[in-house]
Amino acid sequence: MVTGTALEAELLELAGSVPDPELPVLTLRELGVLRAVHLHDTDAVEVDLTPTYTGCPAIETMSVDIERVLRAHGMREVTVRTVLSPAWSTDDITPEGREKLREFGIAPPRTRRAADPVPLTLGPTRTRTTTTATNATAATDPAMDAGTSASPPPTSGTEPVRCPHCGSADTELLSRFSSTACKALRRCLGCREPFDHFKEL
Amino acid sequence: MTATGPATVPVTAALALGDDALVLSHRLGEWAGHAPVLEEEVALANIALDLLGQARVLLSLAGDEDELAYLREERAFCNLQLVEQPNGDFAHTIARQLYFSTYQHLLYADLAAGDGPFAPLAAKAVKEVAYHRDHAEQWTLRLGDGTETSHERMARACAALWRYTGEMFQPVEGLAADWTRLEERWLESVTEVLTRATLTLPEGPRTGAWSAGAGRQGLHTEPFGRMLAEMQHLHRSHPGATW
Repeated sequence: MVTGTALEAELLELAGSVPDPELPVLTLRELGVLRAVHLHDTDAVEVDLTPTYTGCPAIETMSVDIERVLRAHGMREVTVRTVLSPAWSTDDITPEGREKLREFGIAPPRTRRAADPVPLTLGPTRTRTTTTATNATAATDPAMDAGTSASPPPTSGTEPVRCPHCGSADTELLSRFSSTACKALRRCLGCREPFDHFKEL
Repeated sequence: MTATGPATVPVTAALALGDDALVLSHRLGEWAGHAPVLEEEVALANIALDLLGQARVLLSLAGDEDELAYLREERAFCNLQLVEQPNGDFAHTIARQLYFSTYQHLLYADLAAGDGPFAPLAAKAVKEVAYHRDHAEQWTLRLGDGTETSHERMARACAALWRYTGEMFQPVEGLAADWTRLEERWLESVTEVLTRATLTLPEGPRTGAWSAGAGRQGLHTEPFGRMLAEMQHLHRSHPGATW
């Protein structure tokens, strides 16, 4: 019988040290997508990996990278399984991962409240010029706002998305979708710099 | 793609949900290079990518994803007629998305709460679809309560697609959902959004003898054949080709 616990832990750490192909400042461990490593023999290993988004194209590159690293460590057979459950959440990103994102210029996701109800926000239209300034910050991401469909969307109690460059809390949403599915595009009203926000999921 | 045992999966339901996601993903992808502003280009492509990811998981539950996507004939697809409707103008795309994302969000939330074979995917996808629904609702408000022209075009789009909305609530074999309640909640939500957007709920039937209600049975509207020809052309021309 091979228990392999020590080796499994070592392999988990190795696989976890692989950088994310799209956000190379983060490792897979910091991103929280590596679920488990099972050793089946002395040199056959199965790795459970979960996608951030269902359609995330980076998962194939992650699998190849993990396989390469573990083979280089003497594993003869490496199987990377994609598991969906439990679903990945931005809460799975580690504190050091969040800090690295911020240093990289990406606003990290805010922590989701437990048991969020149906996430919906209906912001006022931009034609209502009188309230434009508040609209901008009010139109936050749906996953964070548990508000009903009644306007205006609630901001109180919701932590602001801070500019990763100057730290200002005065930022506005430009687009709910950005360079990748997991990010939204925002602009800082303090330093005027646009930035990506790793949106809550 | 998943660890769920294929033997326990109701194939009809996997195909219905998978085809909805695949076909709408392809339609949204047609906006690439044509969207009104760069942010929308990116948004629509991201929504399409989410849907494609869902389609891949669902079709893999039913069989080989590539064979199912690229080698089935039109009559073998069981997506809703709503999702195959052409993009039209931007208002049509948003109206289609509002109707569908609201439905998908409510349905997936129900499936995620259960313990059926689709629960793992639904639990994951429902969080993505929340963003799609929000995006569609925001645009419905902007366009409906925008200029005279945008209001008129949004109203026209909502009315044009109305006849395809009844089909969504036909029970699908293998899906444990309360379809009557789902339809009530859908109507309630769409009514609320349209009202806030200064639009009115379209009148007229939500299904018709010829126009709707049969996508699930493999009967499709005329534009679908052309969409499918484009989607499948490359794979059929070069069987077995890989990158």
